[in-house]
Amino acid sequence: MKILVCISHVPDTTSKINFTNGDSEFDTNGVQFVINPNDEFGLTRAIWFKEKQGANVTVVNVGGPDAEATLRKALAIGADEAIRVNANPTDGFFVAKQLAEVAKQGNYDLIIAGKESLDYNGGMVPGMLAALLDFDFVNSCISLDVDGDQAKAVREIDGGKETLSTKLPLVIGGQKGLVEEKDLKIPNMRGIMMARQKKLNVMEPVSADNTTKAVKFEKPAPKSAVKLVDADNLDELVNLLHNEAKVI
Amino acid sequence: MSILIYAESVEGKFKKTTFELASYAKKIATEAGTTLTAVTVNAEDESALGQYGVDKVLSVKSDKLKAFNAKAYSDVIKQAAEKEGSKIVVFTSTTDSLYTAPLVAVELEAGFASNVVALPESLSPFTVKRTAFSNKAFNITEISTDVKVIAIGKNSFGLEEAQADAAVEEFSPSLNDNDFTISVENVEKVTGKVTIADAEIVVSGGRGLKGPENWGMIEELAGVLGAATACSKPVSDLGWRPHSEHVGQTGKPVASNLYIAVGISGAIQHIAGINASKVKVVINSDPEAPFFKVADYGVVGDAFEIVPKLTEKLKEFKANNS
Repeated sequence: MKILVCISHVPDTTSKINFTNGDSEFDTNGVQFVINPNDEFGLTRAIWFKEKQGANVTVVNVGGPDAEATLRKALAIGADEAIRVNANPTDGFFVAKQLAEVAKQGNYDLIIAGKESLDYNGGMVPGMLAALLDFDFVNSCISLDVDGDQAKAVREIDGGKETLSTKLPLVIGGQKGLVEEKDLKIPNMRGIMMARQKKLNVMEPVSADNTTKAVKFEKPAPKSAVKLVDADNLDELVNLLHNEAKVI
Repeated sequence: MSILIYAESVEGKFKKTTFELASYAKKIATEAGTTLTAVTVNAEDESALGQYGVDKVLSVKSDKLKAFNAKAYSDVIKQAAEKEGSKIVVFTSTTDSLYTAPLVAVELEAGFASNVVALPESLSPFTVKRTAFSNKAFNITEISTDVKVIAIGKNSFGLEEAQADAAVEEFSPSLNDNDFTISVENVEKVTGKVTIADAEIVVSGGRGLKGPENWGMIEELAGVLGAATACSKPVSDLGWRPHSEHVGQTGKPVASNLYIAVGISGAIQHIAGINASKVKVVINSDPEAPFFKVADYGVVGDAFEIVPKLTEKLKEFKANNS
Protein backbone atom coordinates (compact mmCIF):
# COMPACT_ATOMS: atom_id res chain seq x y z
CA MET A 1 0.00 0.00 0.00
CA LYS A 2 1.30 3.44 -0.91
CA ILE A 3 0.28 6.11 1.57
CA LEU A 4 0.57 9.87 1.15
CA VAL A 5 0.34 11.93 4.33
CA CYS A 6 -0.26 15.65 3.86
CA ILE A 7 1.53 17.76 6.42
CA SER A 8 0.81 21.36 7.31
CA HIS A 9 3.63 23.34 8.86
CA VAL A 10 1.85 25.38 11.54
CA PRO A 11 2.72 27.59 14.49
CA ASP A 12 2.76 25.75 17.79
CA THR A 13 -0.39 26.32 19.84
CA THR A 14 1.44 28.31 22.47
CA SER A 15 2.73 30.81 19.88
CA LYS A 16 1.93 34.46 20.14
CA ILE A 17 -0.25 35.37 17.17
CA ASN A 18 0.86 38.62 15.54
CA PHE A 19 0.62 40.06 12.06
CA THR A 20 2.91 42.07 9.88
CA ASN A 21 3.00 43.93 6.55
CA GLY A 22 -0.07 46.04 7.30
CA ASP A 23 -1.77 43.14 9.10
CA SER A 24 -1.87 41.16 5.85
CA GLU A 25 0.51 38.36 6.86
CA PHE A 26 1.19 36.17 9.84
CA ASP A 27 4.32 37.28 11.68
CA THR A 28 6.58 34.23 11.87
CA ASN A 29 9.17 36.06 13.91
CA GLY A 30 10.14 33.96 16.94
CA VAL A 31 7.42 31.40 16.22
CA GLN A 32 8.02 27.70 16.72
CA PHE A 33 6.53 25.57 13.92
CA VAL A 34 5.25 22.03 14.32
CA ILE A 35 3.48 19.29 12.40
CA ASN A 36 -0.19 20.20 12.43
CA PRO A 37 -1.69 18.08 15.27
CA ASN A 38 -4.50 16.61 13.13
CA ASP A 39 -1.87 15.59 10.55
CA GLU A 40 0.31 13.99 13.22
CA PHE A 41 -2.48 11.60 14.20
CA GLY A 42 -2.73 10.61 10.53
CA LEU A 43 1.03 10.25 10.14
CA THR A 44 1.20 7.98 13.18
CA ARG A 45 -1.61 5.81 11.81
CA ALA A 46 0.21 5.62 8.46
CA ILE A 47 3.34 4.39 10.23
CA TRP A 48 1.23 1.84 12.08
CA PHE A 49 0.09 0.52 8.68
CA LYS A 50 3.71 0.43 7.55
CA GLU A 51 4.80 -1.56 10.59
CA LYS A 52 1.85 -3.94 10.84
CA GLN A 53 0.62 -4.41 7.29
CA GLY A 54 3.46 -3.20 5.11
CA ALA A 55 3.20 0.21 3.46
CA ASN A 56 5.34 2.89 1.97
CA VAL A 57 4.74 6.29 3.54
CA THR A 58 5.43 9.56 1.75
CA VAL A 59 4.87 12.89 3.45
CA VAL A 60 4.10 16.01 1.45
CA ASN A 61 3.93 19.69 2.27
CA VAL A 62 3.08 22.70 0.16
CA GLY A 63 5.30 25.45 1.49
CA GLY A 64 8.58 27.28 1.50
CA PRO A 65 12.05 25.95 2.41
CA ASP A 66 11.41 26.64 6.12
CA ALA A 67 8.84 23.79 6.10
CA GLU A 68 11.61 21.26 5.42
CA ALA A 69 12.42 21.03 9.14
CA THR A 70 8.86 19.87 9.73
CA LEU A 71 9.11 17.32 6.91
CA ARG A 72 12.42 16.05 8.36
CA LYS A 73 10.65 15.56 11.66
CA ALA A 74 8.00 13.46 9.88
CA LEU A 75 10.82 11.42 8.31
CA ALA A 76 12.43 10.98 11.72
CA ILE A 77 9.13 9.69 13.07
CA GLY A 78 9.17 7.03 10.36
CA ALA A 79 7.98 8.24 6.95
CA ASP A 80 10.03 6.86 4.04
CA GLU A 81 10.34 9.90 1.86
CA ALA A 82 9.20 13.49 1.62
CA ILE A 83 8.05 15.90 -1.06
CA ARG A 84 7.87 19.65 -0.75
CA VAL A 85 5.90 21.58 -3.32
CA ASN A 86 7.69 24.88 -3.47
CA ALA A 87 4.85 27.40 -3.15
CA ASN A 88 3.26 29.69 -0.64
CA PRO A 89 0.16 27.90 0.71
CA THR A 90 -2.24 30.83 0.90
CA ASP A 91 -5.41 29.31 -0.53
CA GLY A 92 -7.02 25.93 0.22
CA PHE A 93 -7.97 25.24 -3.37
CA PHE A 94 -4.47 26.03 -4.61
CA VAL A 95 -3.01 23.64 -2.02
CA ALA A 96 -5.50 20.91 -2.91
CA LYS A 97 -4.55 21.28 -6.60
CA GLN A 98 -0.87 20.82 -5.78
CA LEU A 99 -1.56 17.80 -3.62
CA ALA A 100 -3.79 16.28 -6.31
CA GLU A 101 -0.89 16.57 -8.76
CA VAL A 102 1.49 14.84 -6.33
CA ALA A 103 -1.14 12.15 -5.69
CA LYS A 104 -1.64 11.48 -9.40
CA GLN A 105 2.08 11.20 -10.09
CA GLY A 106 2.66 8.85 -7.16
CA ASN A 107 -0.39 6.57 -7.59
CA TYR A 108 -1.14 6.50 -3.88
CA ASP A 109 -3.77 4.15 -2.50
CA LEU A 110 -4.45 6.09 0.66
CA ILE A 111 -4.13 9.81 1.28
CA ILE A 112 -4.37 11.09 4.83
CA ALA A 113 -4.70 14.77 5.66
CA GLY A 114 -5.70 16.41 8.92
CA LYS A 115 -9.34 17.52 8.92
CA GLU A 116 -8.17 21.09 9.50
CA SER A 117 -4.97 23.00 10.15
CA LEU A 118 -4.24 24.89 13.30
CA ASP A 119 -3.50 28.16 11.51
CA TYR A 120 -6.23 28.98 8.99
CA ASN A 121 -8.72 26.40 10.31
CA GLY A 122 -10.18 26.21 6.81
CA GLY A 123 -11.00 22.50 6.89
CA MET A 124 -11.28 22.37 3.13
CA VAL A 125 -8.15 20.76 1.71
CA PRO A 126 -9.02 17.06 2.31
CA GLY A 127 -12.47 17.37 0.71
CA MET A 128 -11.24 19.43 -2.21
CA LEU A 129 -8.40 16.98 -2.81
CA ALA A 130 -10.85 14.05 -2.85
CA ALA A 131 -13.17 15.90 -5.22
CA LEU A 132 -10.31 16.77 -7.58
CA LEU A 133 -9.15 13.14 -7.64
CA ASP A 134 -12.68 11.70 -7.60
CA PHE A 135 -11.65 9.37 -4.75
CA ASP A 136 -13.85 8.26 -1.89
CA PHE A 137 -13.59 10.61 1.07
CA VAL A 138 -14.19 10.26 4.80
CA ASN A 139 -13.96 13.39 6.93
CA SER A 140 -13.58 13.75 10.72
CA CYS A 141 -12.18 10.23 10.67
CA ILE A 142 -11.48 8.71 14.11
CA SER A 143 -10.62 5.13 13.12
CA LEU A 144 -9.36 3.49 9.96
CA ASP A 145 -8.72 -0.14 9.03
CA VAL A 146 -7.64 -1.38 5.63
CA ASP A 147 -7.91 -4.94 4.34
CA GLY A 148 -6.75 -5.39 0.74
CA ASP A 149 -8.58 -2.68 -1.19
CA GLN A 150 -11.45 -2.52 1.30
CA ALA A 151 -11.49 0.01 4.09
CA LYS A 152 -13.56 0.52 7.17
CA ALA A 153 -13.62 4.03 8.59
CA VAL A 154 -15.37 5.54 11.56
CA ARG A 155 -16.25 9.20 11.45
CA GLU A 156 -17.43 11.51 14.17
CA ILE A 157 -20.96 12.85 13.72
CA ASP A 158 -22.81 15.38 15.85
CA GLY A 159 -23.73 13.37 18.93
CA GLY A 160 -22.04 10.11 18.06
CA LYS A 161 -20.15 8.17 15.44
CA GLU A 162 -20.79 6.36 12.20
CA THR A 163 -19.02 3.35 10.68
CA LEU A 164 -18.53 3.47 6.93
CA SER A 165 -17.39 0.85 4.48
CA THR A 166 -15.41 2.16 1.57
CA LYS A 167 -12.55 1.19 -0.70
CA LEU A 168 -9.17 2.35 -1.87
CA PRO A 169 -8.13 4.73 -3.30
CA LEU A 170 -9.35 6.85 -0.44
CA VAL A 171 -8.84 10.30 1.06
CA ILE A 172 -9.14 10.74 4.83
CA GLY A 173 -9.69 13.95 6.81
CA GLY A 174 -8.16 12.71 10.05
CA GLN A 175 -8.15 13.75 13.67
CA LYS A 176 -7.50 12.42 17.16
CA GLY A 177 -8.81 8.87 17.39
CA LEU A 178 -6.95 7.63 14.30
CA VAL A 179 -4.42 7.01 17.03
CA GLU A 180 -4.47 8.22 20.62
CA GLU A 181 -2.25 10.93 21.96
CA LYS A 182 -0.14 8.41 23.88
CA ASP A 183 0.67 6.65 20.58
CA LEU A 184 2.25 9.76 19.04
CA LYS A 185 5.97 9.30 18.50
CA ILE A 186 8.77 11.58 19.52
CA PRO A 187 11.65 11.17 17.07
CA ASN A 188 14.61 9.36 18.64
CA MET A 189 18.27 9.89 17.77
CA ARG A 190 18.34 6.93 15.38
CA GLY A 191 15.25 8.25 13.60
CA ILE A 192 16.77 11.71 13.31
CA MET A 193 20.03 10.28 11.91
CA MET A 194 18.17 8.12 9.43
CA ALA A 195 15.95 11.02 8.36
CA ARG A 196 19.05 12.82 7.06
CA GLN A 197 19.60 10.03 4.54
CA LYS A 198 16.02 9.94 3.31
CA LYS A 199 14.90 11.61 0.11
CA LEU A 200 13.30 15.02 0.28
CA ASN A 201 12.24 16.01 -3.23
CA VAL A 202 11.34 19.56 -4.11
CA MET A 203 8.73 19.99 -6.83
CA GLU A 204 7.68 23.17 -8.53
CA PRO A 205 3.94 23.92 -8.30
CA VAL A 206 1.50 23.38 -11.14
CA SER A 207 -0.37 26.46 -12.17
CA ALA A 208 -3.64 26.88 -10.32
CA ASP A 209 -5.84 29.82 -9.47
CA ASN A 210 -6.02 31.26 -6.03
CA THR A 211 -9.75 31.29 -5.30
CA THR A 212 -9.47 33.18 -2.04
CA LYS A 213 -7.14 35.73 -0.56
CA ALA A 214 -6.55 36.76 3.04
CA VAL A 215 -6.91 40.51 2.73
CA LYS A 216 -6.32 41.37 6.32
CA PHE A 217 -5.99 39.93 9.81
CA GLU A 218 -7.44 41.38 12.98
CA LYS A 219 -6.99 40.50 16.59
CA PRO A 220 -10.04 40.33 18.84
CA ALA A 221 -10.65 43.40 20.97
CA PRO A 222 -8.84 43.08 24.30
CA LYS A 223 -11.00 41.29 26.80
CA SER A 224 -12.18 43.06 29.88
CA ALA A 225 -11.03 41.55 33.14
CA VAL A 226 -12.96 38.70 34.70
CA LYS A 227 -15.73 39.68 37.10
CA LEU A 228 -15.20 37.75 40.29
CA VAL A 229 -18.21 36.68 42.28
CA ASP A 230 -17.90 35.67 45.90
CA ALA A 231 -18.51 31.98 46.54
CA ASP A 232 -21.04 32.97 49.21
CA ASN A 233 -22.97 35.20 46.85
CA LEU A 234 -23.96 32.92 43.99
CA ASP A 235 -27.27 34.78 43.59
CA GLU A 236 -25.13 37.50 42.10
CA LEU A 237 -23.72 35.08 39.50
CA VAL A 238 -27.23 33.97 38.51
CA ASN A 239 -28.24 37.62 38.31
CA LEU A 240 -25.25 38.52 36.09
CA LEU A 241 -25.82 35.58 33.77
CA HIS A 242 -29.48 36.52 33.43
CA ASN A 243 -29.47 40.32 33.34
CA GLU A 244 -26.02 41.25 32.10
CA ALA A 245 -24.84 38.36 29.90
CA LYS A 246 -28.42 37.33 29.02
CA VAL A 247 -27.46 33.71 28.55
CA ILE A 248 -29.94 32.11 30.95
CA MET B 1 -29.38 34.36 -9.20
CA SER B 2 -30.97 33.61 -5.85
CA ILE B 3 -28.85 32.89 -2.80
CA LEU B 4 -28.85 29.15 -2.00
CA ILE B 5 -28.63 27.50 1.39
CA TYR B 6 -28.37 23.83 2.19
CA ALA B 7 -31.04 23.52 4.89
CA GLU B 8 -29.84 20.48 6.79
CA SER B 9 -32.38 18.38 8.65
CA VAL B 10 -31.90 15.54 11.11
CA GLU B 11 -34.49 12.81 10.92
CA GLY B 12 -36.61 15.15 8.84
CA LYS B 13 -36.46 18.05 11.28
CA PHE B 14 -34.59 21.33 11.06
CA LYS B 15 -32.42 22.43 13.92
CA LYS B 16 -31.81 25.93 15.19
CA THR B 17 -28.56 26.18 13.21
CA THR B 18 -30.56 25.77 9.99
CA PHE B 19 -32.90 28.65 10.91
CA GLU B 20 -29.86 30.73 11.84
CA LEU B 21 -28.44 29.93 8.42
CA ALA B 22 -31.65 31.07 6.72
CA SER B 23 -31.71 34.30 8.78
CA TYR B 24 -28.15 35.04 7.73
CA ALA B 25 -28.60 34.25 4.04
CA LYS B 26 -31.83 36.25 3.87
CA LYS B 27 -29.85 39.34 4.86
CA ILE B 28 -27.44 38.75 2.00
CA ALA B 29 -30.32 38.14 -0.42
CA THR B 30 -31.95 41.43 0.59
CA GLU B 31 -28.66 43.28 0.28
CA ALA B 32 -28.08 41.75 -3.15
CA GLY B 33 -31.66 42.43 -4.23
CA THR B 34 -32.48 38.79 -4.81
CA THR B 35 -34.41 35.92 -3.24
CA LEU B 36 -33.44 33.07 -0.95
CA THR B 37 -33.77 29.43 -1.98
CA ALA B 38 -33.20 26.44 0.30
CA VAL B 39 -32.46 22.93 -0.85
CA THR B 40 -33.62 20.21 1.55
CA VAL B 41 -33.14 16.45 1.58
CA ASN B 42 -35.95 14.33 3.04
CA ALA B 43 -37.11 17.17 5.29
CA GLU B 44 -40.64 17.03 6.67
CA ASP B 45 -41.86 20.53 7.32
CA GLU B 46 -40.23 22.69 4.67
CA SER B 47 -42.72 25.52 5.20
CA ALA B 48 -41.09 26.22 8.60
CA LEU B 49 -38.22 27.83 6.68
CA GLY B 50 -40.56 30.61 5.52
CA GLN B 51 -40.49 32.15 8.96
CA TYR B 52 -36.79 32.90 8.51
CA GLY B 53 -37.04 34.36 5.04
CA VAL B 54 -36.80 31.42 2.66
CA ASP B 55 -38.73 32.28 -0.51
CA LYS B 56 -38.46 28.95 -2.26
CA VAL B 57 -37.64 25.40 -1.24
CA LEU B 58 -36.21 22.81 -3.60
CA SER B 59 -37.42 19.72 -1.82
CA VAL B 60 -35.61 16.49 -2.57
CA LYS B 61 -37.28 13.28 -1.42
CA SER B 62 -35.36 10.12 -2.11
CA ASP B 63 -34.94 6.79 -0.38
CA LYS B 64 -31.44 6.62 -1.79
CA LEU B 65 -30.54 9.69 0.28
CA LYS B 66 -31.94 8.40 3.55
CA ALA B 67 -28.50 8.07 5.07
CA PHE B 68 -26.24 11.10 4.77
CA ASN B 69 -23.67 10.66 2.04
CA ALA B 70 -21.35 13.59 1.39
CA LYS B 71 -20.72 12.83 -2.27
CA ALA B 72 -24.38 12.32 -3.18
CA TYR B 73 -25.51 15.31 -1.11
CA SER B 74 -22.89 17.52 -2.71
CA ASP B 75 -24.17 16.41 -6.11
CA VAL B 76 -27.70 17.43 -5.07
CA ILE B 77 -26.58 20.84 -3.81
CA LYS B 78 -24.49 21.47 -6.90
CA GLN B 79 -27.45 20.76 -9.16
CA ALA B 80 -29.68 22.99 -7.05
CA ALA B 81 -27.15 25.83 -7.33
CA GLU B 82 -26.99 25.40 -11.08
CA LYS B 83 -30.77 25.30 -11.44
CA GLU B 84 -31.10 28.53 -9.44
CA GLY B 85 -28.09 30.15 -11.04
CA SER B 86 -26.86 30.85 -7.50
CA LYS B 87 -23.63 32.77 -7.12
CA ILE B 88 -23.56 32.45 -3.33
CA VAL B 89 -24.11 29.14 -1.53
CA VAL B 90 -24.18 29.12 2.26
CA PHE B 91 -23.78 26.22 4.71
CA THR B 92 -23.91 25.79 8.50
CA SER B 93 -20.92 24.40 10.39
CA THR B 94 -22.37 21.05 11.39
CA THR B 95 -20.14 18.03 10.86
CA ASP B 96 -22.12 16.97 7.79
CA SER B 97 -22.25 20.43 6.23
CA LEU B 98 -18.50 20.93 6.66
CA TYR B 99 -17.98 17.49 5.11
CA THR B 100 -20.06 18.47 2.07
CA ALA B 101 -19.19 22.13 1.46
CA PRO B 102 -15.62 21.67 0.08
CA LEU B 103 -16.92 19.05 -2.37
CA VAL B 104 -19.60 21.45 -3.58
CA ALA B 105 -17.01 24.20 -3.91
CA VAL B 106 -14.87 22.08 -6.25
CA GLU B 107 -17.92 21.04 -8.27
CA LEU B 108 -18.98 24.66 -8.71
CA GLU B 109 -15.39 25.90 -9.20
CA ALA B 110 -16.05 28.18 -6.27
CA GLY B 111 -13.79 29.62 -3.62
CA PHE B 112 -14.73 28.52 -0.11
CA ALA B 113 -14.50 30.25 3.27
CA SER B 114 -15.42 28.50 6.52
CA ASN B 115 -15.92 29.81 10.09
CA VAL B 116 -17.57 32.98 8.79
CA VAL B 117 -18.76 35.04 11.76
CA ALA B 118 -20.47 38.09 10.27
CA LEU B 119 -22.38 39.24 7.23
CA PRO B 120 -20.15 39.89 4.19
CA GLU B 121 -18.20 43.10 4.59
CA SER B 122 -18.84 43.75 0.94
CA LEU B 123 -20.51 41.83 -1.89
CA SER B 124 -18.25 43.18 -4.62
CA PRO B 125 -15.47 42.35 -4.10
CA PHE B 126 -16.89 39.57 -1.95
CA THR B 127 -15.22 39.70 1.45
CA VAL B 128 -16.13 37.94 4.67
CA LYS B 129 -14.80 37.94 8.20
CA ARG B 130 -13.83 34.53 9.53
CA THR B 131 -11.99 33.20 12.55
CA ALA B 132 -8.49 31.78 12.22
CA PHE B 133 -5.67 30.67 14.49
CA SER B 134 -8.10 28.81 16.77
CA ASN B 135 -10.18 31.91 17.47
CA LYS B 136 -7.12 33.94 18.36
CA ALA B 137 -7.59 36.14 15.30
CA PHE B 138 -9.98 37.14 12.56
CA ASN B 139 -9.19 36.99 8.92
CA ILE B 140 -10.88 39.07 6.23
CA THR B 141 -11.03 36.80 3.21
CA GLU B 142 -11.83 37.80 -0.31
CA ILE B 143 -13.37 35.15 -2.54
CA SER B 144 -12.52 35.98 -6.12
CA THR B 145 -14.36 33.24 -8.04
CA ASP B 146 -17.68 33.80 -9.82
CA VAL B 147 -19.50 31.43 -7.42
CA LYS B 148 -18.82 31.71 -3.70
CA VAL B 149 -19.32 29.06 -1.03
CA ILE B 150 -19.24 29.95 2.66
CA ALA B 151 -20.00 28.21 5.95
CA ILE B 152 -21.09 30.26 8.94
CA GLY B 153 -19.95 29.55 12.47
CA LYS B 154 -22.53 28.32 14.92
CA ASN B 155 -24.17 31.01 17.07
CA SER B 156 -22.37 33.74 15.19
CA PHE B 157 -25.47 35.41 13.82
CA GLY B 158 -28.54 34.35 15.77
CA LEU B 159 -32.13 33.98 14.65
CA GLU B 160 -33.96 36.73 12.83
CA GLU B 161 -37.51 36.26 11.64
CA ALA B 162 -38.46 37.44 8.16
CA GLN B 163 -41.74 36.14 6.79
CA ALA B 164 -41.53 34.68 3.29
CA ASP B 165 -43.43 32.13 1.22
CA ALA B 166 -41.18 29.08 1.34
CA ALA B 167 -42.92 27.86 -1.82
CA VAL B 168 -42.11 24.18 -2.00
CA GLU B 169 -41.06 22.77 -5.34
CA GLU B 170 -40.23 19.11 -5.83
CA PHE B 171 -36.68 18.70 -7.06
CA SER B 172 -35.31 15.47 -8.53
CA PRO B 173 -31.61 15.83 -9.23
CA SER B 174 -29.99 13.08 -11.23
CA LEU B 175 -27.86 10.83 -9.10
CA ASN B 176 -25.41 8.28 -10.40
CA ASP B 177 -23.90 5.13 -8.94
CA ASN B 178 -20.59 6.87 -8.43
CA ASP B 179 -22.29 8.96 -5.73
CA PHE B 180 -22.91 5.89 -3.58
CA THR B 181 -19.55 4.15 -3.28
CA ILE B 182 -19.41 4.68 0.49
CA SER B 183 -22.03 2.93 2.58
CA VAL B 184 -23.03 3.37 6.20
CA GLU B 185 -22.69 0.19 8.23
CA ASN B 186 -23.55 1.39 11.67
CA VAL B 187 -24.55 4.55 13.53
CA GLU B 188 -24.10 5.05 17.26
CA LYS B 189 -25.82 8.12 18.55
CA VAL B 190 -26.45 9.28 22.06
CA THR B 191 -30.15 9.66 22.63
CA GLY B 192 -31.93 11.68 25.28
CA LYS B 193 -28.88 13.85 25.94
CA VAL B 194 -28.01 17.32 24.73
CA THR B 195 -25.02 17.01 22.42
CA ILE B 196 -22.09 19.40 22.49
CA ALA B 197 -22.79 20.30 18.86
CA ASP B 198 -26.36 21.40 19.59
CA ALA B 199 -25.91 22.84 23.05
CA GLU B 200 -26.56 26.49 23.89
CA ILE B 201 -24.87 25.88 27.22
CA VAL B 202 -21.99 23.52 28.03
CA VAL B 203 -20.90 22.51 31.53
CA SER B 204 -17.39 21.13 31.53
CA GLY B 205 -15.34 19.41 34.22
CA GLY B 206 -11.60 19.09 34.66
CA ARG B 207 -9.09 17.23 36.76
CA GLY B 208 -10.00 19.43 39.72
CA LEU B 209 -13.01 17.17 40.20
CA LYS B 210 -10.63 14.44 41.42
CA GLY B 211 -12.44 11.41 39.99
CA PRO B 212 -15.24 10.13 37.74
CA GLU B 213 -17.41 9.42 40.78
CA ASN B 214 -17.79 13.17 41.29
CA TRP B 215 -19.47 13.88 37.96
CA GLY B 216 -22.97 13.64 39.39
CA MET B 217 -22.93 17.30 40.37
CA ILE B 218 -21.75 18.32 36.88
CA GLU B 219 -24.63 16.39 35.35
CA GLU B 220 -27.09 17.96 37.77
CA LEU B 221 -25.90 21.45 36.98
CA ALA B 222 -26.11 20.65 33.25
CA GLY B 223 -29.57 19.18 33.79
CA VAL B 224 -30.95 22.36 35.32
CA LEU B 225 -29.53 24.45 32.48
CA GLY B 226 -30.50 22.04 29.68
CA ALA B 227 -26.79 21.94 28.94
CA ALA B 228 -24.42 19.39 27.45
CA THR B 229 -21.63 17.95 29.60
CA ALA B 230 -18.02 18.09 28.47
CA CYS B 231 -14.55 17.56 29.90
CA SER B 232 -10.93 18.59 29.55
CA LYS B 233 -8.31 16.44 27.81
CA PRO B 234 -6.66 14.96 30.93
CA VAL B 235 -10.07 13.78 32.11
CA SER B 236 -10.75 11.88 28.88
CA ASP B 237 -7.15 10.60 28.76
CA LEU B 238 -7.60 9.23 32.29
CA GLY B 239 -10.77 7.51 31.16
CA TRP B 240 -12.95 9.34 33.68
CA ARG B 241 -15.23 10.48 30.87
CA PRO B 242 -15.73 9.25 27.27
CA HIS B 243 -13.61 10.72 24.47
CA SER B 244 -16.75 12.11 22.88
CA GLU B 245 -16.93 14.63 25.74
CA HIS B 246 -13.37 15.92 25.28
CA VAL B 247 -13.42 19.53 24.19
CA GLY B 248 -10.36 21.52 23.20
CA GLN B 249 -7.93 21.77 20.37
CA THR B 250 -7.76 18.07 19.59
CA GLY B 251 -11.26 17.38 20.89
CA LYS B 252 -14.59 18.83 19.92
CA PRO B 253 -14.87 22.54 19.29
CA VAL B 254 -17.39 24.47 21.40
CA ALA B 255 -19.21 27.59 20.25
CA SER B 256 -21.96 27.78 22.85
CA ASN B 257 -23.60 30.86 24.34
CA LEU B 258 -22.43 29.91 27.81
CA TYR B 259 -19.49 27.71 28.81
CA ILE B 260 -19.03 26.82 32.46
CA ALA B 261 -15.63 25.38 33.36
CA VAL B 262 -15.40 23.57 36.67
CA GLY B 263 -11.99 22.57 37.98
CA ILE B 264 -10.32 23.27 34.62
CA SER B 265 -7.09 25.23 34.84
CA GLY B 266 -7.35 26.49 31.25
CA ALA B 267 -4.39 25.15 29.29
CA ILE B 268 -3.92 27.03 26.04
CA GLN B 269 -5.01 23.95 24.04
CA HIS B 270 -8.24 23.81 26.00
CA ILE B 271 -8.96 27.51 25.54
CA ALA B 272 -8.29 27.22 21.78
CA GLY B 273 -11.17 24.78 21.48
CA ILE B 274 -13.75 26.63 23.56
CA ASN B 275 -12.88 30.26 22.93
CA ALA B 276 -15.65 30.71 20.37
CA SER B 277 -18.15 30.47 23.24
CA LYS B 278 -19.76 33.81 23.96
CA VAL B 279 -19.76 33.88 27.76
CA LYS B 280 -17.34 31.90 29.88
CA VAL B 281 -17.62 31.16 33.59
CA VAL B 282 -14.84 29.56 35.61
CA ILE B 283 -15.10 27.89 38.98
CA ASN B 284 -11.69 27.01 40.39
CA SER B 285 -9.97 26.90 43.76
CA ASP B 286 -6.78 28.35 42.31
CA PRO B 287 -7.15 32.10 41.66
CA GLU B 288 -3.99 31.90 39.49
CA ALA B 289 -5.54 29.39 37.07
CA PRO B 290 -5.08 30.75 33.53
CA PHE B 291 -8.79 30.26 32.83
CA PHE B 292 -9.52 33.40 34.87
CA LYS B 293 -7.70 35.42 32.20
CA VAL B 294 -10.17 34.43 29.47
CA ALA B 295 -13.35 34.10 31.53
CA ASP B 296 -16.10 36.69 31.83
CA TYR B 297 -17.18 35.57 35.30
CA GLY B 298 -15.26 33.66 37.89
CA VAL B 299 -15.78 32.13 41.30
CA VAL B 300 -12.72 31.25 43.38
CA GLY B 301 -13.38 28.38 45.71
CA ASP B 302 -14.11 24.74 46.26
CA ALA B 303 -16.12 23.32 43.35
CA PHE B 304 -17.57 20.64 45.63
CA GLU B 305 -19.30 23.37 47.63
CA ILE B 306 -20.01 25.86 44.88
CA VAL B 307 -21.48 23.63 42.17
CA PRO B 308 -24.30 22.08 44.28
CA LYS B 309 -25.13 25.53 45.66
CA LEU B 310 -25.18 27.06 42.19
CA THR B 311 -27.43 24.24 41.00
CA GLU B 312 -29.90 25.05 43.80
CA LYS B 313 -29.82 28.77 42.98
CA LEU B 314 -30.46 28.04 39.32
CA LYS B 315 -33.35 25.72 40.20
CA GLU B 316 -34.94 28.59 42.15
CA PHE B 317 -34.27 30.96 39.28
CA LYS B 318 -35.84 28.58 36.76
CA ALA B 319 -38.88 28.05 39.02
CA ASN B 320 -39.42 31.82 39.29
CA ASN B 321 -38.81 32.55 35.62
CA SER B 322 -40.69 29.85 33.78
